[in-house]
Amino acid sequence: MSLDLSVYADMLRALLPELVLTAWALVLLLVVAWRHHTVRDLRLAGWLTAAALLSTAGAVWWLWWNRAHVDGFSSMIAVDDFRFVSDWIFLGAALLTVLFSVRYLEREQLLAPEFYLLLVFATLGMMLMGGGEDLMVIFLGLELMSIGVYALAGLDRRSPRSAEAALKYFLLGAFASAFLLYGIALLYGATGTTNLSLVGVQVATLDLGHNGLLLAGIALLLVGFGFKVAAVPFHMWAPDVYDGSPTPVAGFMATAVKAAAFAALFRIVGEALAAAGAWREIVTALAIATMIAGNLVALAQRSLKRMLAYSSVAHAGYLLVAVATGSAPGSAAFLFYLVAYSLTTLAAFALLAAKGRGGESDVRIDDLAGLATQRPWLAFALAVCMLSLLGFPGTAGFIGKWYILIAAVGSGRGWLAALLVLTSVVSAGYYLPVIMAMYMKPAPSLESHAGVQFDGFGRLALAVSVAALLFFGVWPNRLLDLSKTGGASFQHAAAVSAVATPAPAPGP
Amino acid sequence: MYAHWVLTALLAWPLFAAVVIWLAPERLAKHLALSASLVELALSIPLWWTFVPAAGMQLTQMFPWIPAWGIAYTVGVDGISLFLVLLTTFLVPLSVLGSYRYITKRERSFYALLLVLTTGMIGVFVALDLFLFYVMWEVMLIPMYFIIGVWGGDNRLYAAIKFFVYTMLGSLLMLVAILGLYVTVGARTGQYSFDYAHILANVGPLGPAAWWFFGAFFLAFAIKVPVFPFHTWLPDAHVEAPTAGSVLLAGVLLKMGTYGFLRFALPFFPAVALHPAVTTVIVALSLIGILYGGLVAMVQPDFKKLIAYSSVAHLGFVMLGIWALTLQSVQGALLVMINHGISTGALFFLAGMLYERRHSRLIAAFGGIAKVVPLLAAVLTIVSLSSIGLPGTNGFVGEFLILIGTYQTHPVAAVLATIGVIVAAMYLLGALQRVIYNPLDKHENEKLPDLSLRELAVLVPLLVGIVWIGVYPKPILDRMEPSARAFIQSVRPAAR
Repeated sequence: MSLDLSVYADMLRALLPELVLTAWALVLLLVVAWRHHTVRDLRLAGWLTAAALLSTAGAVWWLWWNRAHVDGFSSMIAVDDFRFVSDWIFLGAALLTVLFSVRYLEREQLLAPEFYLLLVFATLGMMLMGGGEDLMVIFLGLELMSIGVYALAGLDRRSPRSAEAALKYFLLGAFASAFLLYGIALLYGATGTTNLSLVGVQVATLDLGHNGLLLAGIALLLVGFGFKVAAVPFHMWAPDVYDGSPTPVAGFMATAVKAAAFAALFRIVGEALAAAGAWREIVTALAIATMIAGNLVALAQRSLKRMLAYSSVAHAGYLLVAVATGSAPGSAAFLFYLVAYSLTTLAAFALLAAKGRGGESDVRIDDLAGLATQRPWLAFALAVCMLSLLGFPGTAGFIGKWYILIAAVGSGRGWLAALLVLTSVVSAGYYLPVIMAMYMKPAPSLESHAGVQFDGFGRLALAVSVAALLFFGVWPNRLLDLSKTGGASFQHAAAVSAVATPAPAPGP
Repeated sequence: MYAHWVLTALLAWPLFAAVVIWLAPERLAKHLALSASLVELALSIPLWWTFVPAAGMQLTQMFPWIPAWGIAYTVGVDGISLFLVLLTTFLVPLSVLGSYRYITKRERSFYALLLVLTTGMIGVFVALDLFLFYVMWEVMLIPMYFIIGVWGGDNRLYAAIKFFVYTMLGSLLMLVAILGLYVTVGARTGQYSFDYAHILANVGPLGPAAWWFFGAFFLAFAIKVPVFPFHTWLPDAHVEAPTAGSVLLAGVLLKMGTYGFLRFALPFFPAVALHPAVTTVIVALSLIGILYGGLVAMVQPDFKKLIAYSSVAHLGFVMLGIWALTLQSVQGALLVMINHGISTGALFFLAGMLYERRHSRLIAAFGGIAKVVPLLAAVLTIVSLSSIGLPGTNGFVGEFLILIGTYQTHPVAAVLATIGVIVAAMYLLGALQRVIYNPLDKHENEKLPDLSLRELAVLVPLLVGIVWIGVYPKPILDRMEPSARAFIQSVRPAAR
């Protein structure tokens, strides 16, 4: 299916997934406005959200199945495999979050169906970020996502920690957005356009690689994205915010939100900045700092939630290695890694949510002692998650890490790959104690894990996540092919300059 | 027909059995594990006859696995790996039988993990695809980690994590080197593949990168062996592991390191590995291992720790034999790898049996027990003598071959290594005297039961192996020789 985006009907087709989700969001808005008092209302909103996410994924699938692509040049929204695959990741992460949240919200007496509404809007923002072909679209998507997530962080109004988390996230997030916007402005100043491909064309044809305005713009953009993905040294907010937010929200932030920021970053560096080299050194430096600091600080954590928060910082470092390669295998590795990482992290946060009891930030690693004897399947699931985060063979996390390493070595950054594996060894120092506590330490009492409960859907989601982790760890071929085509699908500056005339460069 | 499927069957059967054991009732676990491992042994024994020494790599089987990256499931054996596979299938049933009384909690998980470990060990030795090799190399870490960490001694958590982190540190750097090789060879030939034969045929001179790659492979294998400064995980892991864990750790896992040198590090990077400076360093480290291991073993109050340090010394001989690079020394190294599995395995079994009787591993807790448990004392004596290398036992043949072979290329090293044999006699005979001879002065030792039938069933096969290899090693050496010769011929010219 070839789409000409200057034709109205084709534009609607290209935007079909976003439109479907928006329609659902409006339906949900009305439902929630009238029915927001009881547990039944909450469940109703949950089911509607699940249906919304699934039908949107179906719309994405329809585009993918018909091999939708843009004929010529796309100015606002990309129609390529990278967008489809990243949309599926966002939608899947949101769906898992919904399934894990149903019981959590009831247990914590958070009878606010707005939770689901905010989740849907945030997901919509992510889809615009992953598919945005213009810096303004990406920025709008980012704001839509961020505002939803700021509110989600503060969902538990009775908890001062949740309020603190929301405020901290909001202030720092707004700060980061300002950086990003200023970076976009400078990029526009340097190239005279906000369209990614046209920026790429301008940078290549006008040889702007060393233009001061462009470099300053790139630096500000990277600072903004650094905040969003919690790269060191812009990570300070992450542990506090994850710690204070409701646990499923923390899982959502650690996976989907981070994924969206990375997807946008990949598209920007892949399409707009391919000819400008400066960002590579900055991203490499960020990756090094993030991997080292994230892993070392995670070692010192005793609280499971804070450990997972710092581990997500460390994983952002690994993903930055994929960004630094700036190659198609790097983007493909990112997509694969993201699937593995999202499944693992969401499942781990779900287990944490089930274990916690009103103020679950106090679940320490040692509190898991003896889980294996009392709840063998849960312990097995968490052990698989920890091994996948560690990148152990047999799990999807291993294949993901392998892919990033291939991309890094293939682009001549063997030393960066060596640093990645060395910091992974450090990470064994905090993932293994979880397994150790569960399997090798006795439970303090016979009832110590009786409170860990899952409803049917949470259990199903957990089982599916863990099974998928193991399956992709042994038989990754389908997912590899998908990420490979996704990673190679950016519209290249050279191809664009043939069909579109760039705007004239602004005067000095 | 008994042919290509056999290696795959050897890999798949323990996994299948592990699942069955996990699902079966607890009280059946050990019996199921024993029968499964005996079936595994029975599957592997015909290899002895079907193996054609002159045919090089054989019984190969290949299926595409992840074609996007040129990864295939490829397995095969040659004269280097054949005996390591047989040693594994030989030691596993004995380990299961030796654990019958030692393991009393969570039996199902223990035996299932032991069988998963079997798959990992055999997989390392038969893998002919670098991805598969790496996966197997890591996969066997997890069962061992649990075996030490759940069923180990008092200090088990520390020992387990140390074992895990040390091994992982080395193996992850090796992973980067594997990927480096993959990318380099792929760029050179246009065919990106992790296939061992493809990489070996096209690796060629790599320039300075070869030093980094060799360094990474060396670190991974040297930690596993362990070569002298990297050995500190070994005493902890061996002492804390339950008997079956110690036996397999010493008997099989350590050999993965020396096997890695023979299969990967030397053939891939002969110019670096046989560079005079590198050779000097490695020969020196091997000698330090032999002498230092022996001297430290001499002062150990703990019997298991003594055996652990004796492993450092024995593996030093293997390293020396490999780097001396003569036919005798390489064959000797291959034979010592097998011998060490048998003799040290037997020593760990005996240490475990003593522990079950007295709940102490300290040498000082015993004394004069030859009068109380004559059978156990006799077996311990024979096994100790074989570990020292007394003529007529297996230990002698292997170490003698290494010393002869080494004398031709590194005479000084051979002379120094001979001192190591004397040191071995000092620490083992000293321990033997303090455990079974001296006067029987401890009241608790007066009523120790002698070996049971089950324990005899564990020890007799090992004794048979000790005597057989000691008296008539020719059939084994014949099967090793063509592969050892091919190894030397492929490595030596490339080094110049």
